[in-house]
Amino acid sequence: MKDGFRQSMAWLHTWSGLLLGWLLFAVFLTGTVAYFRQEVTAWMQPELHGSVADAGTAERAVERMGRIAPDAAQWTIALPGERTPAVSVSWRPADAKPNDRAALKRATLDAGTGEVLEPRETAGGNFLYRFHFELYGMPRETARWIIGIATMAMLVAIVSGIITHRRIFKDFFTFRPEKSPLRSWMDGHVAAAVLALPFHLMITYSGLLLFMTMLMPWAVDLAYDGNRQTYFAESGFRRAAPAPRPAPQAAPLTPVAPLLAEAERQWADRGGVGTITVTNPGRANATIELRPAAADSIGRGGGGTERLLFDGVTGRTLEVPPTDPQPGAMATGNYLMGLHLARFAGPGMRWLFFVSGVAGTVMVGSGLILWVVKRRSQRSRADNRADGPEPFGHRLADRLNIGVVAGLPLAVAAFFWANRLLPAGLEERAGWEIGVFFLAWAAALLHAPLRPSRRGWAEQLWAGAALFALLPVLNAATAAGHLGNSLPAGNWLLAGFDLTALAAGLLLGFAARKVGRNAFSRKAASAPVLPAGAVAEELT
Amino acid sequence: MTTLPSRMKAGLAGADGRRRLDVASRCLAGIGGGYALAAVAAMFLALALPLALAMPRAEAVYTATMLSFAIHAGAIVWAFSVRARRVWPGLLVPALLLGGGTWLLHGLQQGAPS
Repeated sequence: MKDGFRQSMAWLHTWSGLLLGWLLFAVFLTGTVAYFRQEVTAWMQPELHGSVADAGTAERAVERMGRIAPDAAQWTIALPGERTPAVSVSWRPADAKPNDRAALKRATLDAGTGEVLEPRETAGGNFLYRFHFELYGMPRETARWIIGIATMAMLVAIVSGIITHRRIFKDFFTFRPEKSPLRSWMDGHVAAAVLALPFHLMITYSGLLLFMTMLMPWAVDLAYDGNRQTYFAESGFRRAAPAPRPAPQAAPLTPVAPLLAEAERQWADRGGVGTITVTNPGRANATIELRPAAADSIGRGGGGTERLLFDGVTGRTLEVPPTDPQPGAMATGNYLMGLHLARFAGPGMRWLFFVSGVAGTVMVGSGLILWVVKRRSQRSRADNRADGPEPFGHRLADRLNIGVVAGLPLAVAAFFWANRLLPAGLEERAGWEIGVFFLAWAAALLHAPLRPSRRGWAEQLWAGAALFALLPVLNAATAAGHLGNSLPAGNWLLAGFDLTALAAGLLLGFAARKVGRNAFSRKAASAPVLPAGAVAEELT
Repeated sequence: MTTLPSRMKAGLAGADGRRRLDVASRCLAGIGGGYALAAVAAMFLALALPLALAMPRAEAVYTATMLSFAIHAGAIVWAFSVRARRVWPGLLVPALLLGGGTWLLHGLQQGAPS
């Protein structure tokens, strides 16, 4: 490796990016969609689309809980908001163990009537969210290690990419479409990378931090002699709430309306009340805790720093135990992780992160394509010895690119189609939706090697484009919350999904047309015109 | 560069083989050695920061672990940027020094009447 520093970095950039690139593409794509996972889930449950919140929603929900689960140890009521149309409730049966999440019972209530709704079974946006850091159908820890290793490869690719590209900002303003395939792919790759570079760095590093105790347990285990619980307690993470202990004496729950009014007044700029937690309902020691809809800081989740606590019988305000201020290091880490999770409310920020995630997806995808394009252009440029068949490695990478870069969006769209086309009462329905996702993806991966490269690209991109662009039509055919109703009603939750799907369809269609023009009109990839000593030499 | 189609290197089997060995060695050094260095550095900092900066234990552990990912990434990049003969010593010497320091600090801590 005596080729000089930047060449070494170019080499490192190429290979750290390529080897785990397909996995990283999937992580970026599904993770990006996961920024809207609640919205996606809402779209995937048309049974909830008629649920419209009003001023009485919270009170009705509390009242309904008194009938559904009068003897529970704790109720948690998540009120509808911009991102969810219905009330999600869960309760802990009195005999359940305190930290046993599986023991929680759940239900969905209509925001307008308080009736229990029976939405279709679906993993919803949560499937894509989980997939982006735990994959599917393998032990959780194994999957997280795989993702962690891929994330480190990403970090190395970013750092070496920055070093390779010393003129990074100048290059950003250079886009030379139509010059040569290699040049335009290079420019597109660099633009997607530089456009959202702070995001890419943040998302990658915080991705490692989210797994930090698993990936790098050595400091904790040494300093705490392997006693991680002590570490978590000392660092203020995972402070377990005391287990509810229902008092033997029964007592009726205080009316919640005055408490809610007080909270709404205090949190007018925070979206009002987001969640209500009633501990020991119907008992003499009942408490009611309210949290705002919007978090007041990125560092701590879910309005964690602010809450109101009331005596559940008298309605008196109780003192909220103060939370310790976080030390600087934890605050920094938490801030980064909070950014990764977009742990704050604003739709504007969420969209910015979504667009940055799309840029990241394009960056990884174009990098993968670039690897193949560059080798093709070298072969066509090189002497006559290059006339033989394309090497196996290049063909493999190209077909994997088709099956992942074009095939995965197609599979995501198929997941949404399955959501509407599978019968609502199907046994194991959520699993079938996921099954369709993987079947579609497998079909794309199998289709790719059977077709000439450009045809394969064009066909899969067209298929993905059609599936996405027709999602609003599918929605109109299978549910009432279609664009014809959601737009006039100003229901951006549902309209946003349909419009985004349409935009995704148009983008894929645009890409398909670009590829298709070459696939069907020209004979094959024409030799790209490269000036002597072109970028290809420096950047691999 | 390995970016050339492999058959263009026909007849240079020796050089090609050496090059592969070099790449394999750097990968192992960067990924494995770099991880070891990052782990030892994290352990050292977790023990040293409370002494040097009077940082609480949990915060020291957190800071050290947070930094260790940058150290690992830096080690990988470094392993691919220097002459081959400097790669392994460059990673192992600081790892051994930090390991020794960690051993000393840990011993001090265990031995000290708290």
